[in-house]
Amino acid sequence: MAGQTLYDKLWQQHLVESHPDGTSLLYIDRHLLHEVTSPQAFEGLRLAGRKPWRLDANLAVSDHNVPTTTAERAGGVEGIIDPISRLQVQTLGDNCSDFDIVEIPINDRRQGIVHVVGPEQGATLPGMTVVCGDSHTSTHGALGALAHGIGTSEVEHVLASQCLSTKKMKNMLVRVDGQLQKGVTAKDLALAIIGKIGTAGGTGYAIEFGGEAVRSLSMEGRMTLCNMSIEAGARAGMVAVDDTTIEYVKGRTYAPKGEQWEQAVAAWSELHSDDDAVFDAVVEMRAEDIQPQVTWGTSPEMVLPIDGLLPDPDSFDSETARESVRRALEYMGLKAGMPITDIKPDRIFIGSCTNSRIEDLREAAAVVRGKQVAASVKQALVVPGSGEVKAQAEAEGLDKIFVEAGMEWREPGCSMCLAMNADKLGDGEHCASTSNRNFEGRQGFGGRTHLVSPAMAAAAAVAGHFVDVRNWQEGA
Amino acid sequence: MRSFTVHEGIVAPMDRANVDTDLIIPKQFLKSIKRSGFGPNLFDALRYLDEGQPGQDNSKRPLNPDFPLNQPRYAGASILLTRKNFGCGSSREHAPWALEDFGFRCVIAPSYADIFFNNCFKNGVLPIVLPEETVSDLFEKMYAEEGFSLTIDLPAQEIRSASGEVIPFEVEEFRKHCLVNGLDDIGLTLQSAEAIRAFEKQHQQRNPWLFGSLK
Repeated sequence: MAGQTLYDKLWQQHLVESHPDGTSLLYIDRHLLHEVTSPQAFEGLRLAGRKPWRLDANLAVSDHNVPTTTAERAGGVEGIIDPISRLQVQTLGDNCSDFDIVEIPINDRRQGIVHVVGPEQGATLPGMTVVCGDSHTSTHGALGALAHGIGTSEVEHVLASQCLSTKKMKNMLVRVDGQLQKGVTAKDLALAIIGKIGTAGGTGYAIEFGGEAVRSLSMEGRMTLCNMSIEAGARAGMVAVDDTTIEYVKGRTYAPKGEQWEQAVAAWSELHSDDDAVFDAVVEMRAEDIQPQVTWGTSPEMVLPIDGLLPDPDSFDSETARESVRRALEYMGLKAGMPITDIKPDRIFIGSCTNSRIEDLREAAAVVRGKQVAASVKQALVVPGSGEVKAQAEAEGLDKIFVEAGMEWREPGCSMCLAMNADKLGDGEHCASTSNRNFEGRQGFGGRTHLVSPAMAAAAAVAGHFVDVRNWQEGA
Repeated sequence: MRSFTVHEGIVAPMDRANVDTDLIIPKQFLKSIKRSGFGPNLFDALRYLDEGQPGQDNSKRPLNPDFPLNQPRYAGASILLTRKNFGCGSSREHAPWALEDFGFRCVIAPSYADIFFNNCFKNGVLPIVLPEETVSDLFEKMYAEEGFSLTIDLPAQEIRSASGEVIPFEVEEFRKHCLVNGLDDIGLTLQSAEAIRAFEKQHQQRNPWLFGSLK
């Protein structure tokens, strides 16, 4: 019998039962909830007179709607100015109280973006099945977990039964050999992979990221990579457990302790694909070939290396593709043949579940230290992923570096990644953003998003246009 | 859930690839804590010329005359014809809620994003996958004939046109069963409660650290 992939193992370890057509009940260890995709699920439970199956599997935190200015945040939930946002945040609190689910309140130091909070608190662990009504749940796969987003009906289903009714996905291995160049990050790697396989390249697959370049990434980098697997169409992305994983988990609030820790580490050591495991698809890349990436269009696959020129729609082979490129260039207000380095962002956003962890903030701070944001940039926001990240950054003095450079240091939340709160782009504005989606209107009506790494966003903030952070010197 | 058996309706185009769920229903409308009422804001940024806000009277907003759903020939459409990778991006179930609330019962495309595809079946919306050439052919016929309509026969797994053309399609047996009978899948799953409890007990014995209060 052929060996098993990491995904095969995680699937098998959580399989309750299977029907002949492959529809299966998969047991869920951790269910994360936030305010946007849960209210209708709680309402569904109420209407059906159902109760959560297992309370201690659920952890809730508000992140999408929360204000990020210190002034508005000071008033807690009651202080949220937008009444519709306030009601949604309040509703999560009420639902958690009614159903006795643990919620991290908005001004608790542990609050933050659900995908930053889970691993940080040890609430998501290697070997777990993790779901959340949010597509970026794939982030938690970095721990060697099976983690993916679900819809609200499934949120209700998991609350009621602790299971997901689902079918097994196919296995894809993305292997990145060699080492990333200095100044090239997990974000550039993620964007380069999406550029290669497309936004539907991973549809129907669970992706395992492997190879030397992936094994060399920190946990923060692995989270960035797995976070973006949904942007390649794959609901789940994952990385095998190794010493980096174990080291990261050790000592976290909800991580096992004592004898259970030893027992857990022994079990986790099996969480890798067997040498003879068979994948349905394999994508191979060389890390050295990857340059800093910048998206130019309205889909994450519309991405180029920093030295690239915007594509000519007529160079594409299908009418659908030509039309997509034409429409994207028009929406973005850009022209074919233009160098990426000529694009001038009006705003900078450093944050989101993709890039708001301490390592991301350190990278951005290293670039802007002692420099000033360009006069042409209207606003540069730095939004830490959680209260813990914020406290750590402040302990390291990163907040001062950002503020002295002319950037705004905010309270944790999803913020301008999807602009459900007050942080948004104006019509026609370009943004160098460390988030995950450059869809039309994502960061604000008519807003134009360019996805980049934290270091690239920081460099663009200072230079006033995109630059290659590897060889950029201010004034050069 | 509303059942889906045989449905006849007018076909409307969303003629682009990679339509994401932000485009289907923009984020500002996700602040609602209800499951209904999203129809007037389906494709909001394309349908209207201004920026929509939740709770607004949409009947007073300027319509984009170039957008097909605003054109009389597609009035009352209940089948959406679109291109590949429809519903990519966010997991928001508000996307199928908005389609359903607008009146769409069926989407036809060469491919879909996984989470969106899944969410459709939970809401009585049938996402049909057809080969790219067949979809292109349907686009041509739809543009050529005002009021172009199709009959979707889920039990027979075929699409029929007025001219007598029959296009077969695939659908997973279990999903079809649930949709045809309008079944609540939580109820179905809870029929396996004993199996879930038995699994849970074993799972806890093997992995005790996965259980325990978060308080």
